[in-house]
Formats: sequence, structure tokens, C-alpha cells
Amino acid sequence: MAGRAEPLGPAVWAGTAVAAVLLALTLGSLGAVAWNAGATAGLGAADWAAIRFTVVQALVSALLSVMLALPVARALARRRFPGRGLLITLLGAPFLLPTLVAVLGLVAVFGRNGVVNGWLAAAGLHPVQIYGPQGVILAHVFFNMPLATRLILQGWLAIPAERFRLAASLGFGPRDLFRQIELPMLREVVPGAFLVILLICLTSFAVALTLGGGPRATTVELAIYQAFRFDFDLGRAARLALVQFVLCAVAAAVTLQVPVPGAFGGGLDRAVRRWDARRLGLLDAGVLALATAFLLVPLLMVVLAGLPRVWALPAPVWQAAWHSVQVALGSAVLTLGFALALGLAVLRMRGPLAQGLETTGMLSLAASPLVIGTGLFLIVYPVMDPARAALPVTALVNAAMALPFALRAILPALRQVDRDYGRLASSLGMAGWTRLRLVILPRLRRPLGFSGGLAAALSMGDLGVIVLFAETGNQTLPMQLQRLMGAYRMGEAMGAAVLLLGLSLLAFWAFDRWGRRAAA
Amino acid sequence: MLQLEDLELRQGGFALRANLAVPAGTRTAIIGPSGAGKSTLLSAVAGFHDPDRGRVLWQGQDLTPLPPGQRPLSILFQDNNLFPHLTVAQNVGLGLRPDLRLSRQQRADVEAALDRVGLAGLGPRRPAALSGGQQSRVALARVLLRKRPLLLLDEPFAALGPALKAEMLGLVGSIANGSGLTVLMVTHDPADARRLCDLALLVEGGQAHPPQPTEALFADPPEALRRYLGT
Repeated sequence: MAGRAEPLGPAVWAGTAVAAVLLALTLGSLGAVAWNAGATAGLGAADWAAIRFTVVQALVSALLSVMLALPVARALARRRFPGRGLLITLLGAPFLLPTLVAVLGLVAVFGRNGVVNGWLAAAGLHPVQIYGPQGVILAHVFFNMPLATRLILQGWLAIPAERFRLAASLGFGPRDLFRQIELPMLREVVPGAFLVILLICLTSFAVALTLGGGPRATTVELAIYQAFRFDFDLGRAARLALVQFVLCAVAAAVTLQVPVPGAFGGGLDRAVRRWDARRLGLLDAGVLALATAFLLVPLLMVVLAGLPRVWALPAPVWQAAWHSVQVALGSAVLTLGFALALGLAVLRMRGPLAQGLETTGMLSLAASPLVIGTGLFLIVYPVMDPARAALPVTALVNAAMALPFALRAILPALRQVDRDYGRLASSLGMAGWTRLRLVILPRLRRPLGFSGGLAAALSMGDLGVIVLFAETGNQTLPMQLQRLMGAYRMGEAMGAAVLLLGLSLLAFWAFDRWGRRAAA
Repeated sequence: MLQLEDLELRQGGFALRANLAVPAGTRTAIIGPSGAGKSTLLSAVAGFHDPDRGRVLWQGQDLTPLPPGQRPLSILFQDNNLFPHLTVAQNVGLGLRPDLRLSRQQRADVEAALDRVGLAGLGPRRPAALSGGQQSRVALARVLLRKRPLLLLDEPFAALGPALKAEMLGLVGSIANGSGLTVLMVTHDPADARRLCDLALLVEGGQAHPPQPTEALFADPPEALRRYLGT
């Protein structure tokens, strides 16, 4: 509705302030990095190796993820079976899964003393090695194959059912169907999925930290951390951070050129009725069973081994867990506050300014937490002891990283509320705080709960910026877990992993449930 | 008296002009073909559509600079007249205080208003638990409490069946009589206009014509109205 020009309310000021914070976080920290990078210019051989590995592993991981996702998505698109909805939900789970928990599970399956090597030894074959490039890629596929499946499945289900009916009435076989209907869809969907995953893998830190390392498997993010922690070479860290920013910016710019389907939309519980797939049942069942096992077995191994050990975990682990809970709650509150302020301001403003605010909220999609962290460290370092800022900074950076997902859930809902009830509220004189309290927040509970849960879970499991700041006193649970793994105290690591997994899922569940309890 | 003074409203490539007055205490139907701008006219009076030219005045006061909530009017839309997450009593209470901080006396007033529209005791329910007709009654109870002299109806009963619609129009009539309201009602049904309104105002060809007595207008319709009515 063409509304009247209302005075710029507090919403616009709050939204602008949030945008300023985000710009300072992403671009300001980059500026601090660039300022420090100058001194001794040039990249060493190790730096070039890191760049090469980062790009190659991201390409291979994205390619494998998409290729493996294709048959899974196809099977899910054309089969209806009990547990299908559960499986699709499970495919969404890696997003909430703390990276280190999955890594630990993969080590339990593919590691030196893992299940797979047990079989290989029994068969008299060479053992496989999980540490190194192959381990990094394996973990990336573990995380992103499900994402790719959901993205591609979305494409499949977006094909109108009438087209399959028409194909059936024309007597199309599976091959004709693929050529005429499915291939054109895949040509549209697959590049987007590939690029999104490429972008995710380019910024990989926790996986590279735990499974990579050494000259053969160090990503740029990991190199930044090493320059920081081991050499305290701030100039080199800054130069690498600039390299990482360029990598991300290029990938993000390319990604913006192609349409990316949404992975969190509803409607995935629908199956297309197909007439061509009768004889392929066994193949589809096999594909789905393999995919499920690939996802579930590592997690089950962690849970089974770790659950009995949770209660015996040493005090520092519990203390770290308490820190993580605080950071996660802080991050969730910040994320929701940021998203609401930005969303309300976008709603209030028009044209390029509103567009600019929205883009600012999405900026962190292309940002690397370690680059932000490096910049913040360089800013904080001269002023105060970085260790004291560790937890607040982690919550803030985590909130910025979760914001794009929160905005994507909250902004459409906000627009809907305005469309449906904006005029009624205005005609009754409901403005400002009253309108927020009585109209907007109650109507937004679902996306708010979902976004808050997402932010809390992501923050709980995050191992990123914290490693630059924290000392022994203020570690988070993922940091403790990484330390236990590094010391090969696998039993305690399993216990800590179960604790971390439980806390992450609990955080998501609690927020999301609060949102779902909305009365109307 | 409600005056639309040299009003011009643009929307896209479309322009609507109005220069007319509606006497206070009357009930006026706004009729005309769909797309002629009936709702746009009502939006301008309610403050949702800024005029490109001209003014809207009520009893000599210029309404044009006022935001919707401060205008001396209540409005019922085609749909979404109630907040689904608030109770019936809360929805009605919004007519007294938009922040819902109601005194004991005001709560009693809400109950009385619900009683008046035949919904006594339904205050704690949510709108979804009510029928379409009952939901309309809730909105009308809120109109009662707002005590604003103008009532704008943008086809709020269009989704109701004929009998229910007649019942609602009857209720609007009795509320308007009791509170001395001036009513403006958008409709595309001549029968509605005849049932409730002593005056009718034709919107057609980018022009809102001054109101005329309803019966006289329908008895001897001008060419444009005849085309619309198909007579």
C-alpha cells in the first residue's frame, strides 16, 4: 500500500546502526588487516601452497558433493516410503551439527583404528589414512552432500506435476524423461548448488585444523591461524587474510550471477507421482541406504562411545560448556536483534537504501570468520588483552555469520505481517513499541524461534574466531574438544562431543519449540 | 460534513478526481464498476493513500496531514479486520487503547460492547474459533468503542452469505443510528446500497460524482450507472 511518509522512527536508526556494526565487522576489520599487511609484502611458497590447496579441495569437495547428491535427490524425488520425511529432516541436520562432532565420527569410521581399516586389515589390504587432503575432502562431502541433496531435491519438486503426467500419457521412458524434463532442471539448479558449496568449502577452518595441516593440506584459513598462533606473525596473517577475502569475494561474485534455490523452504515432504520408475526401485533403495549410512554411522559411533563418558568429563570441559552456552545464547539474542532491526528498517525505507541494508545483512555470507577475527584482534590488541574479549567477540562474530539465515526467514514474514495487518494497525493508531509488542512480535514467533535456534546451534558448535582470542581460562566447548582430540584422548573427546551435540540440538529445539507454540 | 476538496489521486497510470461533500449523519454508498477507484477513494479518506492534489476535510478540519490512527474515523477492510493472535476482547479493546493497557472500567466497556453486538461471553476466545459473521460483529464492537464520528466500510461483508450480510448491514444501521455515525460504504451491489444508505455516490470514468439520494439515483440512473447496472 502506498503509505504516507511517516517520520523516520527508531526502527530506521536501529537498522542503520546494525548495518554500521556489520560493515565495521566485515569491511572495517579488513581495513585493519590491510593496514597491517603492508610491511613485508609478498607471499611465500607455503602461502601459495595454501592457496592452491584451498581452491583445489573446495573444487573437488563441491564436485563430489553434487555428484553424490544427484542420485540421492533423484531417489527421494520419485519414491514414497515410510521414513522419507525423517530422512529429509536428517539431511538438514549437518547444518546444525558441530563440525568437530562429525570429524570425530568420521575418524571413528575411517581413522587408523576405525571400522573401515578393521575390514581392510581383515581382507589383507592397505589401511586408509584420514589425516590429509582426502580427510578434508571427506569431511566436506559429509557436510555438503546433504545440503546439495536438499537443493537439488527442491529443483526436482519444483517441476509441475502436470509435466510428469503429460510425459506418462505420451509414453516417455526414463531416458526421454531425463532428457526432456530433468536435464533442463538440473542445468539450472546444479551450478547454484555447486557454487554455494564451493563458497562454504573455501572458508573451511575447523575441518582443516583437525584433519588437515602440513604442507599438503593447509587451507588459507588454517594458515592465518598458524601465522597467528605459532609465529605470531601479524603481517603474514594479515596478508593471508587479504588473500582469503579475495578468494571469497570472487566466489561470491560468481555465485551472485546464478540463481540459488533455497534449502530451507517447506514442501520437501511432497513426493512426485511418477510412472516411469517402477523398475528402478532396487537402485533407489540402495542409493538411499548408502547415503543414510554415510550420514548416520559416524554420528552413532560418537554417541554410543561418548554417552557413557559424559558424566565423567573433567571440570574444565564443563566449564567450557558453560562458556559455550553463554556465547550461544548471546549470539542468538544478537542475531534476532540484528535481524529485527534490519528487517524493520528495510520495511520502513524504500528503494536502493532498503536494498543496501538488506545486502549488508547478507554480507557475512562471503566473509571469512578468521579474517574478521584477525581484523578484530589487530584492533583490540593495542587496547586491551584480547583474551578478555574472547567470548563477547565470538558471540558477535557468530551472530554476524548467522544473520543471513535469520534474515532469510524473518524478512518475508515481516513483509507478510505488514501486508496483512499494517493498515489495520495503522488505522487503530498502533505505532512504535505498541505495534512491535502487539502485532509484529506475536506474528513473527515462528521465524524468530527458528532463527534463534539456528543461531544458537551454529554458535554452540563453532570453532573459528575463538581460537585467535582465547587462552586456557576462557575456552569454549569446541576448543576443549579440539584439544582433547589433538592429545589423542579419544574417550574423553567422544564424551565432550556428545555433550556438544546435545547442547547444540537442545538449543535449537528449545528456541524452535518456543516459536512453534505460537497460538495462531 | 465530509469534504473532498479538489482531490486528485493517482495510482500507476490511473487518476481519480473528486470534488464533493457528504453531509454529516448520512449514510453514503460508493458504487461503480470494479477498478473505478472506489477503494482508492476510501483509502484517501482513511489516510492510506496520499492525495496528489486537494484536501480531505471533516467539519472544516483538514485531515490530510493526519496519520490514519489520528483521523476521526473507523474503517473495516475486506479482510484481516482482526488480529488472529489476540483474543476477541483484546481485539475490541484496541478500540479504546492501542497499547491495550485497559482499566477495569474499560474492560467492562469491552464486555458491554460485545454484549451489544450479541457476543456476550465470547471475549476470551480467539477469532479463529468464531464464524465469519461473529468475526464481523467483533470488528463492529470495536467500532462502537472507538466512538469516531466517521465509519468507512470497504466491502467487509462481501464474503458472507446474503442473509448474514443483510443481518450485518442491519447491525451497522442500528450502530450508526445509536452513535450518530456518518457512514461511507463501498459496494458493488445496488441492493446493499438501498438497504443501508440514504445517499449514493457514483465513481466512474476517473471521477467521483457528488452523492444523490439513493432511490432517486436508481430510479433515474445516468448513462454511466445504467451501463454498470446493465439496465
